[in-house]
Amino acid sequence: MRPSLADLPLGQHAAIASIDCERRLSRRLMEMGLLPGTRVRVVRVAPLGDPIELRVRNYSLSLRRAEAAKIVVSPEDTV
Amino acid sequence: MSGRAPLPQVLIAGNPNCGKSTLFNALSGGSAHVGNYPGVTVDRSSARLRRGTQDIELVDVPGMYSLTASSPEEQLAVNALTEGDTKAVVCVVDATTLQRGLYLALQLIESGVSVVVALNMMDAAERLGLRIDTERLSELFGAPFIPVVATKRRGLDALLVALDEALEPARGSQGATVTYPVELEADLAKLIPVVAQWRSETPRSQLRVFALWCLLSLGDDSLRGVPDDVRRAVHDIREDADARGRDVDLEIISSRYAWLDDALSQACSAEEPGPSWSERIDRVLTHPIVGLVVFAVVMFGIFEALFAGAEPLIGAIESLTGFMQAQAAAILPPGVLQDLVVEGIIAGVGNVIVFAPQILMLFLFIGFLEDSGYLARVAFVIDRVMKGVGLHGKAFVPLLSGFACAVPAVMATRTIERRRDRLVTMLALPLMSCSARLPVYILVVGTVFAGQSLGWFSAGAVALFSMYTLSVLVTLAAAAVIRRTVLPGPAPTFVLEMPPYRWPSAPILWLNAWRRLRIFLVDAGTIILAMTILLWALLSFPKSADVAEHYAAERVRAEQMAASEVEKAEALRSLDSQEAAEQLGNSFGGRFGHAIEPAIRPIGFDWQIGVGIIGAFAAREVFISTLGVVFGIGEADEENKPLRQALRDARHADGTPVMTPLSGISLMIFFLLACQCMSTIAVVRRESGSWKWPVFLFSYMTVLAYMASLAVYQGGQLLGFG
Repeated sequence: MRPSLADLPLGQHAAIASIDCERRLSRRLMEMGLLPGTRVRVVRVAPLGDPIELRVRNYSLSLRRAEAAKIVVSPEDTV
Repeated sequence: MSGRAPLPQVLIAGNPNCGKSTLFNALSGGSAHVGNYPGVTVDRSSARLRRGTQDIELVDVPGMYSLTASSPEEQLAVNALTEGDTKAVVCVVDATTLQRGLYLALQLIESGVSVVVALNMMDAAERLGLRIDTERLSELFGAPFIPVVATKRRGLDALLVALDEALEPARGSQGATVTYPVELEADLAKLIPVVAQWRSETPRSQLRVFALWCLLSLGDDSLRGVPDDVRRAVHDIREDADARGRDVDLEIISSRYAWLDDALSQACSAEEPGPSWSERIDRVLTHPIVGLVVFAVVMFGIFEALFAGAEPLIGAIESLTGFMQAQAAAILPPGVLQDLVVEGIIAGVGNVIVFAPQILMLFLFIGFLEDSGYLARVAFVIDRVMKGVGLHGKAFVPLLSGFACAVPAVMATRTIERRRDRLVTMLALPLMSCSARLPVYILVVGTVFAGQSLGWFSAGAVALFSMYTLSVLVTLAAAAVIRRTVLPGPAPTFVLEMPPYRWPSAPILWLNAWRRLRIFLVDAGTIILAMTILLWALLSFPKSADVAEHYAAERVRAEQMAASEVEKAEALRSLDSQEAAEQLGNSFGGRFGHAIEPAIRPIGFDWQIGVGIIGAFAAREVFISTLGVVFGIGEADEENKPLRQALRDARHADGTPVMTPLSGISLMIFFLLACQCMSTIAVVRRESGSWKWPVFLFSYMTVLAYMASLAVYQGGQLLGFG
């Protein structure tokens, strides 16, 4: 089982592996620049635990955990 | 517009939060005309601009991340591009998030239209240490890149010069040819002939781009006007690709991003900037504890301003209306014309402008929150709560505003992106207990609970508190039910950009708030004025000549009998009130009150309260003044002692009192849940774009109110109360 964006620890860089959700959402995310190979990082969690905020392609995007769980990532090796 | 040829159009397009509207306002000098796109409730801001010898129409297209569309609202931009008289597009790109903004620019350039890219917020990009070679970008994209700072009006002249060049005939964008995978090219070859039949006027060069658009947009869409054979062709291609394990969406989008990444690597510095100001601010504003405190304080501030801060202004408008009414009454001879002007027209205009302070305040607040970037954080912080009832985090501010008044609150739903989410919010929030319900509660509480207590608390306070709690619960429940039944569909997704914090520009805040107000005054105001006049007619006609004659004789008698001037005035005033009460009882509205008595008797009301409810349709607090007339008291407010006494003394035909604690609770619940407000109806009509939704709103709230009051009153009687 590969980790999803929802499992990623705060601040950990990762590369998106795939987006496995309904087409409407995956298309939207891809058009906003979240593509296989794109580097992402979770920078913040909302005070009530959901949603989370990502840093991707020099901007910040927030997603609910349920949606982030559908984005499979490969974490980069920590230096 | 007269019969002249339409002006050549220049679209201003760009991502949300890229400063597109700021640039539009800077170019148009605030002279924009705000209308509606046909068929959808999306504002269409346009302005006429003189360039050399010709006029052009500048159109502010709604913010978007892509031309891909799955709803009629998203289709607007594509329609404007392909069907309108679009001669050029200014694509506004936030220089600090180049890649995402240029994805849209690339699509526009691919489509063959003449594009000028306005690289906005260059100052912020420089501060972040981003180096952008605009000349190299212009070469790579085949379209001019002009650095601008829209808020400081920097670069506008260069932008206009580039626009003039772009408007020259036979100019189009050249270059920017994205390489797509071979398999996709084969699909396109199949699709282009089908698309060509649909779009016979589209130049050949653009058909390819249109075919790409169809592949990406069609399938799970609700777009209008796409021919079946195009849909079938797209469906077949996508199905075939799926069977081979290909992902068409991914192929198209990643090819474009690959092209962009390559182009940007040639023209920009690559290093990621360090933590920005925004990052530091966010550490505080979305902090688990401090963030929630700031959130609560900001929300309370908005609430307080709408609830209490607007009060003096509303009072002033009401006084002014009263003054105008008195003036008109003094000038015009008594009669139907005077009544029409005083109680119909002036009252109606008053009913419209009385909303102005709250609308202006709410939109100044929302504008500030939105332009500063905090509104996205509000949604971020509170989404967890809203998600539970199927609402979007952005529904919070409109719902909260509903405590003050549903009219500005319904208008505030336009910050919510998707139409379905917006409608659910709009249809649930009139259940929030607005400030116009409070006087009704106070009158009822003062009438039936005066001096009573429940344990430590006064019974009235408990009743009031219960109403507010109930209103929140019912609103959230209604949202959840409407989302599952009337407007089913996928739960709202929360994909929200968190824009960097920025200091909003005051003139633009004012300009936007003023535009919103103007739309309300014109569109909803017309309906409110018409309804006020209709209500006036219902409660004034027919006038009984017998009653008038009887009271004329009574007046003569009273004048003869009176011992002093004071006594005479007193007697005449009392006769006036009695006549008004009798005429009202005899009017269409009064007869209607009598007619519905059998229906409202089971919820504890009599015909007099029925007439009050009809009058309250003008605005809930009018219930009280209508009752004042019904009971022959004359002018009355919620603290009026004679009115409270008259209510206590009122008896049903069988001699039982009308107002008991139980019927009082039933009445409060009815007012809490019923849509007794024509202004809400009018504004929902304006914001939803059809009469269907206000009719639904009125129907469901009335049924809900009746059933709830029935349950309370009948249940209470069974249990031995009242």
